[in-house]
Amino acid sequence: MSAISSRFNTQLFKRSGEPGAVVAPFVGLLLVVTLFAGVGNLLIPETSMFYVSTYTITLLGKYLCYAMLALAVDIVWGYCGILSLGHAAFFALGGYGMGIYLMRQIGDRGVYGNPILPDFMVFLNWEKLPWYWLGFDNFGFAMLMAVCVPGLLAFVFGWLAFRSRVTGVYLSIMTQALTYALMLAFFRNEMGFGGNNGLTDFKDILGFNLQSDLTRVTLFSITALMLSLTLILSQAIMKSRFGKVIIAVRDTESRSRFLGYRTERYKVWLFVYSAVIAAIAGALYVPQIGIINPGEFTPINSIEVVIWVAIGGRGTLIGAVLGALLVNYAKTRLTAIFPDAWLFALGALFVIVTLFLPKGLFGFFGSVKNKMMGQPKPNLTEETA
Amino acid sequence: MFRHALTHKIFKTLMTLSLVFSVSLVQATSFEELSQELTIVKLSKAKAVVEQLEQTGHPLLLPLFEHMLAGDLYYRVSDGLLVSHSTVKGKLQIRALSTGELLDVTEADLEKIKVNNSLRIFLRSAIARIQLTSEDATERKAAVEALYKKMDSDTVATIASLRETETNASVRGAMDIVLAMDNAKNGSDVDARIASVTFLADSLEPAIRNLMIELADQVEEPRLAIEARVALNGIEGKIRFFNKVDTIFFGLSLGSVLLLASIGLAITFGVMGVINMAHGEMIMLGAYTTYVVQLLMPNYIDASIWVAIPAAFLVSGLMGVIIERGVIQFLHGRPLETLLATFGISLILQQLVRSVFSPLNRQVDTPSWMSGSIELNPVLFVTLNRFYIFIFALVVFALLVLILNKTSLGLHVRAVSQNRNMAKAMGIKTARVDAMTFGLGSGIAGIAGVALSQLTNVGPNLGQGYIIDSFMVVVFGGVGNLFGTLVAAFTLGIANKVLEPITGAVLASILVLIFIILFIQKRPKGLFPQKGRAAE
Repeated sequence: MSAISSRFNTQLFKRSGEPGAVVAPFVGLLLVVTLFAGVGNLLIPETSMFYVSTYTITLLGKYLCYAMLALAVDIVWGYCGILSLGHAAFFALGGYGMGIYLMRQIGDRGVYGNPILPDFMVFLNWEKLPWYWLGFDNFGFAMLMAVCVPGLLAFVFGWLAFRSRVTGVYLSIMTQALTYALMLAFFRNEMGFGGNNGLTDFKDILGFNLQSDLTRVTLFSITALMLSLTLILSQAIMKSRFGKVIIAVRDTESRSRFLGYRTERYKVWLFVYSAVIAAIAGALYVPQIGIINPGEFTPINSIEVVIWVAIGGRGTLIGAVLGALLVNYAKTRLTAIFPDAWLFALGALFVIVTLFLPKGLFGFFGSVKNKMMGQPKPNLTEETA
Repeated sequence: MFRHALTHKIFKTLMTLSLVFSVSLVQATSFEELSQELTIVKLSKAKAVVEQLEQTGHPLLLPLFEHMLAGDLYYRVSDGLLVSHSTVKGKLQIRALSTGELLDVTEADLEKIKVNNSLRIFLRSAIARIQLTSEDATERKAAVEALYKKMDSDTVATIASLRETETNASVRGAMDIVLAMDNAKNGSDVDARIASVTFLADSLEPAIRNLMIELADQVEEPRLAIEARVALNGIEGKIRFFNKVDTIFFGLSLGSVLLLASIGLAITFGVMGVINMAHGEMIMLGAYTTYVVQLLMPNYIDASIWVAIPAAFLVSGLMGVIIERGVIQFLHGRPLETLLATFGISLILQQLVRSVFSPLNRQVDTPSWMSGSIELNPVLFVTLNRFYIFIFALVVFALLVLILNKTSLGLHVRAVSQNRNMAKAMGIKTARVDAMTFGLGSGIAGIAGVALSQLTNVGPNLGQGYIIDSFMVVVFGGVGNLFGTLVAAFTLGIANKVLEPITGAVLASILVLIFIILFIQKRPKGLFPQKGRAAE
């Protein structure tokens, strides 16, 4: 990993004139925080003030998964102008991929003690595993599916939509309908994904107990690593020729098309890439949270992700990540203090951000700084915001 | 007897009443005395008492016989008061038969009035006779129709004799059916039986269908079996047809709900180009307005709808104007931002309603003139509330078309939607027109809420369930085209209901969604795209 980052480092710092170019310092900070949190949980005794509770580790892991999801939305929305209101669908599908693997790992430790069938299938009087559950006891295959199925869905959907030039709000409504349809489908018991209750009661992953602190810290660290990796990779993609075309498509699609670019192909591949990131985030989310159910598909979840990105600042990779962390931290605190106030606050955020902060906090601080300095200087200190 | 004296006192008032009803009969003893007799008479003699009882023609005979037949007629040992003994929601209830008041006695105080089989047979036909001779023609008809399912020779004979004196035509028709059914089943002459079968072939009663199946399967009379098979095929063909009509009716009903929900959106989204994600919440506000109106006038539920419709229009319309002036006008030309901002507003409105009215569903009463259903034939029912909502949706649609095409507001709205700058240059106050259009669209959503409150639960999430469907309808019909919305709403409604029996409700709505997603790929501008300059 360090090899990759060092390869891009020179380029990243050189081109830091635009917001979002602070990937490398952010990644460094993220990895340091991860290291401290891990050590703080595993090595420091509980009485110490530096001790990090397992609850905090899980919470941080959850935030980082959300940050990855926000990154995925930012890639399509911020860089290509495709406002997806259905990214939670890819997230949840990835989560179900992991969930099925974890269900298969329970074995005969379920309530009914059936070595093959999960509890809910025994409860529904099913004779054997449905065909699409086969092979999921293999971790590698399960992960492949968790990434490929959402990727394929994104490919088919994107291919159909972009080829017939569905854009703007139409596309947004379509993506919302997609996740809505999937939600309805996964609520059905006959689908074979646990219906309303979803998949839960996981025991272990690759033989490691999911409840142990070490597993939790490892999962959290893997999430942090994956987030760093996707950040660096996305930064590289956006800097590449491919990324330039994507930005051109965002700004004037028709002109790019007239210049000879097959814009729909660029959009499809970007959409698939984004969906895969969302799926990875979902797959990492499930073992840490311990449950996946059709509620993850609800349209409101997808729209919430959009607001994280909007608050952080779209079109800036770091902005999306920071927005997700900030809003989710606020959500955790606010729902603990005033449970009723959260939706008011979230609703107000939508209105305020769109009216007054069209570029998000990242863009806002950037412009304030530029004004104060009187020069178009880059803002490298944004991660403290 | 001591007991007689006591009950005489209790039933004193009722006795005078019973005398009024039993004018024509020469009575050896009154209803009260005879019913008291039941508590002491031997089981073997009971039938004579019951026969005498029937002669009294007393209004309490029917409940008395029914309780007796069901075996829950008891009497209080202390004074011989007749009581009924029934279990309501798992709790034992003991009521005085004469007054129906709840008595505070335990089972130990009671003694059961025993019945045997011959008594039961007699009671059954007596009950039928009492109902068949009721004063009310509809009651008589219901009694005859109840016999379709359980016929016995005694009651058929009763009906045959009553048939001669019956004056009401529809009751007579029902009686003919009973007689024909009996003849088809038990008659001796094959030709007469076949005639009865052909006579019955026009009816759709489930009992007749069962009888036809039975007759078609028997082997003793092959000719009769063939006739019954023919009749059965005819009946089943008709039932299939009416089931299809029923499906289409439900499809139209769902379509009218979709139309009401999406027609406001067709204005804000279609004409103004504004994505209003809070549209569902406008519907919800309308439904809650209905609830509040009913709270304010609890004694006039029937009239409350007529107050609720304008009230809901005003509440939702005002909210729409506030949203337009407060937020949307600043986001003009930025549809994605508008989408997000209005989504935020929808969250705030939902939480507001949750805080004010609690997150639980609220009960909205249906006016009496809207409840119930019309039975067109034994297979086809039309529920009144769905029927009225269908009509209502069409009226609202017609009014809206009228407003857009015939009023100056409509003219301005169309002008602004076609060419904003030109309209402005012509002196149209575009800002005012925007606010009015948005208010109109939201107000109609509020009216949709009034209609929906009659069909579903009123809760904070009421609107959310309709927002995606509404968008689908507008997009499917073609943005900016009201007639497209009308066609799309009814098409989707009927498609949903036609698919439902085949695939199940959830899968049906998924299939419809997938269909629209694919349809939009093929025709991104909907069923009826706008042509010419207005399209840009």
